[in-house]
Amino acid sequence: MQIPAPFDYERASSVNDALELLARHGPESRVVAGGHSLLPMMKLRLARPEWLIDINDLFELDFILLEGDHLRVGALTRHTALLESAEVARLFPIISDAEAVIADPVVRNRGTIGGSLCQADPAEDLSTVCDVLRAVAVVRGPGGERLVDMKDFHRGPYETAVAPDELLCEVRFAVRPNSGSAYEKVERRVGDWAVAAAGAAISLADDGSVDAAAIGLTALGLDGTVAEAEGVLLGQQPREELFVEAGRVAASACDPIADQRGGIDYKRHLADELTRRVLRLACARAAGTQEG
Amino acid sequence: MQISMTVNGSEVVSDIEPRVLLVHYIREVLGLTGTHWGCDTTNCGTCVVLMDGQPVKSCTVLAAMAAGHDIRTVEGLATAGTLDPVQQGFMEEHGLQCGFCTPGMMLTARALLDKNPHPDDIEIRKAISGQICRCTGYATIVRSVQWAAAHPAGAVADVAATDEVLEGTDTVIPDVADAEVKA
Repeated sequence: MQIPAPFDYERASSVNDALELLARHGPESRVVAGGHSLLPMMKLRLARPEWLIDINDLFELDFILLEGDHLRVGALTRHTALLESAEVARLFPIISDAEAVIADPVVRNRGTIGGSLCQADPAEDLSTVCDVLRAVAVVRGPGGERLVDMKDFHRGPYETAVAPDELLCEVRFAVRPNSGSAYEKVERRVGDWAVAAAGAAISLADDGSVDAAAIGLTALGLDGTVAEAEGVLLGQQPREELFVEAGRVAASACDPIADQRGGIDYKRHLADELTRRVLRLACARAAGTQEG
Repeated sequence: MQISMTVNGSEVVSDIEPRVLLVHYIREVLGLTGTHWGCDTTNCGTCVVLMDGQPVKSCTVLAAMAAGHDIRTVEGLATAGTLDPVQQGFMEEHGLQCGFCTPGMMLTARALLDKNPHPDDIEIRKAISGQICRCTGYATIVRSVQWAAAHPAGAVADVAATDEVLEGTDTVIPDVADAEVKA
C-alpha cells in the first residue's frame, strides 16, 4: 500500500491566500492542483512536503480567454477543458493534438496545465507544446507578477523558474495570423509516457513562404526547440523535401537515452519521422487558415 | 482534520489524517467496499468514482481534497430499488467476468452517458481507455454500455432480486433480465 508521508494540509481561498500560505510555511510546502504528478511521487516518498497547499478552490485560475491577440489560459485549467475547447482547437490545434494523448481521460479530468508545466517532467507533452508556441508564463509572488518566457521557465528536469514562494497563475499564447500547428506522440499504450513526440508551429507569409517555425521534441533529451531544424524551413515554400531535411536535422540534434521504451536508434528514427509528420500537418493547417 | 462531503447523496463527516487517500477513506472509513483498490499508481482505474459527476481515480485524490464535493460510488448507481441502466447492461451483455474493474467501468460509463447519451463504439472505448479489464477484452463492456444507451429508462429488475443472484452460486440470468434481452 502506497501512502504519503505525513504532512499538513491547507486549502487556499485565493491567489493571495496561497502566496501567504507559501510564505508562512516556507520551502517545505508544495502547491497541489490536480495532484496527478505530485501525489504519486508522495506515495512513493520521492516527494515529502511538510505542507500541502491545495489550490483547487481558486476558480479565478480556471479560464480560457481570448483577449486581443492572446489566448490566456489559467493555470488551474484541466486537461479535459483544454481538449474540449473549440477555440483552443481552432487557434492552437497542437494543444488539442497533445491533450488527446496526455495520460487518459480520467486523469485528464484532474490534471492541469499549470501542474504539468511546474512538474517539468522531461517527457511532459505540454512543456514541448508551450516551448513550440513560445508561450509566456505569468508567475505571481510576494513581489508581484512577472512574465517568464518558456526558454527561461524550464531549468532542467523537474526544475522551473517558479520560486518556492511563487505561484504559476496563467499561460499566455500569442495568436499569429496564417499559422498552423500539430503534435504527434508515440506511446506504448494509453496513459504511458511518450517514447518520443514532436510538435511544430508554422506561420506563413503572404506569399506562402515560412515566416516563423518552431519544432520541439519530447522525451528526446532536448531543452527548448530545435533551432537547426527550424532554420531549414525559414523563408522557404513548404514542401516535402524540406520536411525530410528538417526531420534529419532534428534526429541528429536530439540526444535520447536508451531505456525500457526503446533504444537510441529507434528514438532517433521517431524524432525524424514525427518531425516530418507534424511539419506536414502544421503547414497544411497554416495554409488552410490562409485560404479560409 | 475534519472533512465533510456528500457520498451517494448523504452528508458524511469524518476526522482523518490529511494523507488519507479517497479510495481508502471510501473503503475503510465509510465501509463502501464496492470501490476497488487496484494498482495504486493511477493506471488501472478500478478505483474510479464520480467527483461532481466526473470520473476520477480515487487512489490519486486525497480525501481532504474531496471535502466539500459530491462523490458517487458504485453503491450509488442503483436508485429506489432499480438498477442503473449501466448495471443492467453489464448483466445483459456479460460486461464482467471477475468483476474487479466493473465498479470503475460502470461509473465512467454513467458519466459518459450523462454527457453523451448516444456514444458510438469508439467514443465508449476512448472513455474507458484509462481503465484496465483483464477478462473481457473490452468487447462485452462496450456492448454493455451500448445496451444502457439503448435503454435509458432502465430495466425493471429489482435490486434485491439481482443481489440474490449475484451472491448465489447459481449463475443463471434471472428471468426478468432474460426477458429484456429477448425484447
